[in-house]
Amino acid sequence: MGFGRYVEVGRMDDLARLDSPVHRLDARTKVLTTVAFIVAVMSFPRYEVSALMPFFLFPLVLMNIAGIPSGLILRKLMLAAPFALVVGVFNPLLERQIVMTAGVFDISGGWLSFASIILRFILTVSAALVLVACTGIHRLGAGLIRLGMPRVFAVQIQLLHRYLFVMTDDAVRMVRAFEMRSVGPSTPRFGVYASMTGHLLLRSLERAQGIYEAMVSRGYDGTVRVMSPTAIRFADVLFFAGWLIFFIAARTWNLSLLLGGLITGL
Amino acid sequence: MHMADALVSPAVGGTMMAAGAGLILWCGRKLNRSGDDHLVPLMGVLGAFVFAVQMINFSIPLTGSSGHLGGGILLAILLGPHAAFIVIASVLMVQALFFADGGLLALGCNVVNLGFFPVFVAYPLICRPIVGQARGGGRLWLGAVLGAVAGLQMGSLAVVIETTMSGVSELPFKSFVALMQPVHLVIGLVEGVATAAVAAFVLKARPTAMAGVSGVSSRWGVASFLAVAVLTAGVLSWFASTRPDGLEWAMNKITEGKEHEAPGSSVHGQIAAVQESVTLLPGYEFRAAEGGAAVGGAEASNESSRWPAVSAGRSVAGLVGGGLVLLISGSIGYGLRRFGALRAGRERAHGFWKIR
Repeated sequence: MGFGRYVEVGRMDDLARLDSPVHRLDARTKVLTTVAFIVAVMSFPRYEVSALMPFFLFPLVLMNIAGIPSGLILRKLMLAAPFALVVGVFNPLLERQIVMTAGVFDISGGWLSFASIILRFILTVSAALVLVACTGIHRLGAGLIRLGMPRVFAVQIQLLHRYLFVMTDDAVRMVRAFEMRSVGPSTPRFGVYASMTGHLLLRSLERAQGIYEAMVSRGYDGTVRVMSPTAIRFADVLFFAGWLIFFIAARTWNLSLLLGGLITGL
Repeated sequence: MHMADALVSPAVGGTMMAAGAGLILWCGRKLNRSGDDHLVPLMGVLGAFVFAVQMINFSIPLTGSSGHLGGGILLAILLGPHAAFIVIASVLMVQALFFADGGLLALGCNVVNLGFFPVFVAYPLICRPIVGQARGGGRLWLGAVLGAVAGLQMGSLAVVIETTMSGVSELPFKSFVALMQPVHLVIGLVEGVATAAVAAFVLKARPTAMAGVSGVSSRWGVASFLAVAVLTAGVLSWFASTRPDGLEWAMNKITEGKEHEAPGSSVHGQIAAVQESVTLLPGYEFRAAEGGAAVGGAEASNESSRWPAVSAGRSVAGLVGGGLVLLISGSIGYGLRRFGALRAGRERAHGFWKIR
């Protein structure tokens, strides 16, 4: 848990400000396509490994057209991996029936389902990250409102995102001030922690009051208006339909197996 | 304990998503009707506070580890349950979208586990009746700690139920519970203490900061808490008994006569359960043998239908094909990037000359 994680949020916003054919698509198109992708990936039976491979095409193509560096996505994947790993790692221990042989190796069902969990994790998480990195929180929020998300919630996400950096800066300054004035262990005692956190909370309450007054003085009347300038174009229809056909094809037939069969002649 | 997309089946994820979306809609409508427009920036800033506060850790004496504030109960104390739920949902959404914590399909699960239980069950039924009008002291501490513990216990139990129902993990229900609940008991205690300390500090400095303390009277609160406790226990035991777990049964048959565990206090029971889960793990080979031969239940038939014959050819074809598809995807991506760079470069050059 370092400051690096928060700086990387800024990195995602920078990426969202780029311009590419994927960036120009309507947010609704990208949200619906990503959801279709995730549902398709998650609907496979638990031992499926090879049929998942064609699905890597979607995040890879989007990343490359949109110019999103793969290192960023990989780092985030690594940070988030532990919980899926912890739950998945029991499968090889618990299920040892041999279901497949590859040369001299016997592969048990548990290892297959473990590999399947990890693959699904990589696929779904990278798709969600790519969605944000090529859309940005503002266009995403506007798109979600038009897809039926309550305005309160969309506005809340946008405000939270805006003040994330401000509040985190506040907290980091506080921790730095504490570290510079203390000797020995760098984590505060509980009493000190309570007062630091309490002060941070008081500051946030005051900041919220200030923001409210600033909003009211600029004509805020209880509803926050969100700009949503894009419209569905032909490219959006093509994008959505094309990927949907691909997902359905890859879900219905095991493309890896077909190709492998063709190559090896088995 | 954020659920990831990889651990949820579409059916479970979809159901929970519907539940979560319904709750968000309901809370949104409640907030709109209340017409309290100064809540909007306050909610945004407090959501950011939940992130920011994770930058500050405190050292837990004697353990060498550190803890930090989670936020559910504190938000409910400051904002009231409806606004607090929206804030937690937004925090989870930002975590899913920017930090890869959780996922889009699993968002419904996470919103219910980490939002609904602390804010709509633990806070109104446990925390608020105990705290009452207290601005500090024993009642505030007791209420916050019990509320945080209860919220997390229900949440982690829900994680186990959702994972088990999704059928992705091989971990049996009982040992999963035995792993999750004690860990989250400790986390809940730490979080509750931190919540109480911060709430006490802020309420002393700014006594008006607390939302909606009046409302449910404590007698009704206690009664409904008991009802929830009974209900939870009922559901728990139902799960425990309807899933007797072929493996346990096999283990009992095999280790017949050997000592098992001494039932006693609940703490002892929990420790025993953890022990059980740990020592059982090596014994799980029995399951494979069982599935293959004796039981012939749903599991065995499932497995055999899914894997009709162990064919080496099929496996090799799958491996080769999978690798190739990955390679092709990668090179398509790389090609697109080169193409994009080329075009961008040409456009840039073009623009350069145009401006000149």
